[in-house]
Amino acid sequence: MLNCKSLMAGTALALFSLAGIADSAPQRKAEILHLLKHDCGSCHGMRLQGGLGPALVPERLKPFSAEQLAATILHGRPGTPMPPWKPFLTEQEALWLAGLLKKGIEP
Amino acid sequence: MRWFFLIAAMLVPLAGQAAASPCLTRGTGDMGIIIERAAGSLQVVDTTAHSELFRVEGLGDLSHASAVYSRDARYAYIFGRDGGLSKVDLLCGTLVKRVVQGGNSIGGAISQDGRLIAVSNYEPGGVKVFSAESLELLADIPATRLPGGKGSKTVGLVDAPEQRFVFGLYDTGEIWIADLTDPKAPRLQRFKDIGRQPYDGLITPDGRYYIAGLFGEDGLALLDLWHPERGPSRILNHYGRGKKQLPVYKMPHLEGWAVAGDRAFLPAIGLHEILVVNRDGWQPAGRIQVHGQPVFVMARPDGRQIWVNFAFPNNDTIQVIDTETLKIIKTLKPGKGALHMEFTPRGEEVWISIRDLDQVKIYDTRTLEQTASLPADKPSGIFFTSRAHKTGL
Repeated sequence: MLNCKSLMAGTALALFSLAGIADSAPQRKAEILHLLKHDCGSCHGMRLQGGLGPALVPERLKPFSAEQLAATILHGRPGTPMPPWKPFLTEQEALWLAGLLKKGIEP
Repeated sequence: MRWFFLIAAMLVPLAGQAAASPCLTRGTGDMGIIIERAAGSLQVVDTTAHSELFRVEGLGDLSHASAVYSRDARYAYIFGRDGGLSKVDLLCGTLVKRVVQGGNSIGGAISQDGRLIAVSNYEPGGVKVFSAESLELLADIPATRLPGGKGSKTVGLVDAPEQRFVFGLYDTGEIWIADLTDPKAPRLQRFKDIGRQPYDGLITPDGRYYIAGLFGEDGLALLDLWHPERGPSRILNHYGRGKKQLPVYKMPHLEGWAVAGDRAFLPAIGLHEILVVNRDGWQPAGRIQVHGQPVFVMARPDGRQIWVNFAFPNNDTIQVIDTETLKIIKTLKPGKGALHMEFTPRGEEVWISIRDLDQVKIYDTRTLEQTASLPADKPSGIFFTSRAHKTGL
């Protein structure tokens, strides 16, 4: 599903994973979760059970690494309505979000 | 006469005690509902008094919820994202019945005669038809199967004259007309290759033309329901999206039909533009540069103004356009998450839900000033009962 470019971007992202956004202000995390619920939610469902876009639940995300998911978040998926969120999220933030989604989260 | 009033006055408290629920005795013409998307509840409101009458809870996941009304405008049918179909009594403020009819639904419609409710589903793809009275399932219309067995997502479901429903199939690029004259045996007309990824649809208020917006192509598909045998044609080809496709942070909605005189107004996809179409021949008649990617483009009922809201990250703004000059006459900043607008039946007011402020703001459409507000929990869709008598709403 993910193309080569995304995979490469994902690998590059992995380098940032150690830093994570553990140090980020809790306020920023709250902002990202708000974005997830209401803006990602307009296609993926507010409870992430899917809509025009697929469900973002651990079972479905299992085949993908956090890095791959972060790359999809940042760069979008050409040919589908999934847009790139790079203007609004840093690479660390996307990776943090991808990790949360893989673990399972109810926003 | 006096004894009559005396007896009536004595009876009133008794009647009040006897009644199981405090149902209202009034007309519903100046009533409506406000969806509270996160709480899974709705408010029943009085649009004359600007007040809440009831709060109805337990409606499930209401992200992207929409509603239609029974023809007596007493009941609202709410379509929830989680596949829930709920029937709410506006006069009693009660949830009459709720069925979970699919895994993931995107909207619905009520039939011309008011007897049938149709719901379109992403998961499993297709349309289900229910009795408006009992919510009993009457017909199941599965969508075209995709490789792997899943059904195509169905979108843009509307009611049409002659007891028909019309909808688009997102994954397979089709428009279907379903004739429900006999609900037990729907008659289908399928139109293939109408364009890639129809994402929403609308029907003109006269019920004649169905228009599907295409995400995967630059243009829209038009079907003349007076002459379905002629098949769909393409309008605004290579006009809307431009050469470089821009990312879309919220899919625009085609619900409603912003029309003023000979011109109709449509949201461009990905661009900060509204497309103007001449209804005579469906030719492009101009573009209006606006503040962001438009989501809802709605005409005041008299057609004199167009009100527009925008996708993230510009969803704190509303713009008002004069339909004669095509100029923006006002830019409002009502707050973050300005998700939906609804005009009062004759358009002197517009109600706007402001999600992040937990408020619905009410504007006078002549002065363009805010005149009132109502508290609401993460409000999204606002639906007034005047929709009960409009095709496609």
